Amino acid sequence: MAKLILSMDGLVLKEIPLTKERTTIGRKPHNDIQIDNLAVSGEHAVIVTILNDSFLEDLGSTNGTVVNGNPIKKHFLQNNDVIELGKYKLKFVGEAAPAASAEKADFEKTMVLRPSAMKAAAVPAGGGAQAAVAARQAAVQAAAASAAATGVADKDARPAPTLTPVAPAAAPAAASAAAPAAAPAKPAQPLGAIQLLSGVNAGKELELTKPLTTLGKPGVQVAVLTRRPQGYFITHVEGGSRPSVNGQEIGPAPHALKDHDVIELAGVKMEFFLKA
Amino acid sequence: MVRSHNEDSIAADAANGLVVLADGMGGYNAGEVASGMATTVIVSEMRQILASARPYDVDPSSNEEVAARLVREQVLKANSSIFQAAQSQPQYAGMGTTLVVCLFYDNRILVAHLGDSRLYLLRDGNFRQVTRDHSLLQEQIDSGIITAEQAKKAAHKNLVTKALGIDPTVEPELHEYPTNPGDIYLLCSDGLCDMVEDEDIGMTLQALGGNLKLAAQQLVQMANDNGGRDNVSVILVRVLREYPGPRGVMAKMFAWLK
Repeated sequence: MAKLILSMDGLVLKEIPLTKERTTIGRKPHNDIQIDNLAVSGEHAVIVTILNDSFLEDLGSTNGTVVNGNPIKKHFLQNNDVIELGKYKLKFVGEAAPAASAEKADFEKTMVLRPSAMKAAAVPAGGGAQAAVAARQAAVQAAAASAAATGVADKDARPAPTLTPVAPAAAPAAASAAAPAAAPAKPAQPLGAIQLLSGVNAGKELELTKPLTTLGKPGVQVAVLTRRPQGYFITHVEGGSRPSVNGQEIGPAPHALKDHDVIELAGVKMEFFLKA
Repeated sequence: MVRSHNEDSIAADAANGLVVLADGMGGYNAGEVASGMATTVIVSEMRQILASARPYDVDPSSNEEVAARLVREQVLKANSSIFQAAQSQPQYAGMGTTLVVCLFYDNRILVAHLGDSRLYLLRDGNFRQVTRDHSLLQEQIDSGIITAEQAKKAAHKNLVTKALGIDPTVEPELHEYPTNPGDIYLLCSDGLCDMVEDEDIGMTLQALGGNLKLAAQQLVQMANDNGGRDNVSVILVRVLREYPGPRGVMAKMFAWLK
């Protein structure tokens, strides 16, 4: 499915999948994509999506619609086209690139596997499923090989924390087959940390390496710092009052943290910063 | 890649201690239809029955508690509704759904499941999976063909060996466990456990257990941040206090008088 990525000044604001046949863009609230900016007309433009093709049409807007630097009336959207509306940019990401990934997504649909359905399951699903079905019929080693072989391409290679131990006979062979699946490098993201500015532990530093870190005293005031691909966020968890960032109490929603923000929580001040 | 249809359905009836989660499958919107039917049928039927019966009542004919029988019957009823719809309407042919049903009563939890939607438990800081998937992968792990670690990378995560609505009849897996105050139960579709490590799910519940709404949002967000290719549904249940069934001499007296 194609989507639009809305951004301003290089900052991604949101992603909008083009699920509807007509997706309207404009300043007024009834639009599917509302952009509250005076440079945008009430009903500015519309994107018509038919199967895998999307067309952009300007609806006679005051300031016009620009695609890749050229003003347009009607435009057949291509992958990576950038639509400009005032200060906002909408990048169009088409279905094109992921011919392979679409196949994969289809393949990931949950399917039921039972003897009578085996033929049916094997036909629409890709080679992996066929291998899997054959493996079930033949049981044993063939499956280990196919699982290991198809598994190499998959992305997550962190160790499994739980689940049952395995019969030792089959394990060594299977383990060696899977060995080449090395852990992929994590996307580069600056590491955040906080340094306490007041309280008994003033000066102490805490690196935020985990996906989430809780701060505060349970029962009094607790907040959580989450590490996401977009950066770090602080969210209020419990307690009568919410934490403040730079002297301003945060709302109920996660609050994005910037380098050198000062957080105050349960009477303790701390500074958030990004490590180089 | 974001799926345009939400094939998951959830339903809860806190008054009767019932939660249901289903992850549908089938072309076009059939998956949504199947999971929607499963949650609706089970919750509405159970609500009606529980208005007049208590799950810990003992069935005089079999000398067993009625809870397990009730849940099994309603799962079967949902199964035949979905199966018949799939048989009679070509656009729904082959649809089905995974299922997790939890009924909390008398300091216990009764869990019935089919397919690869899961129940997890966080108790005293330990986070573990309660249900065992009915999936090809789990069978392979059990028979020692592959290790749990390899299973994470396997391509056929999506093949379930049992589901609701596929065959005219089905045998759900039923278990009963005692609950403790402070337990947090997590029901989730494979959209969560395929994308987020169990370890991270456990850590999230531990950190955010004080605020289940936030915890649920955080779990869905983590699945989406990690690529979130499938629909993600979670239900969180915390046991606040003991809830023994009102039994004893007085209760028996009243039961006779009724």
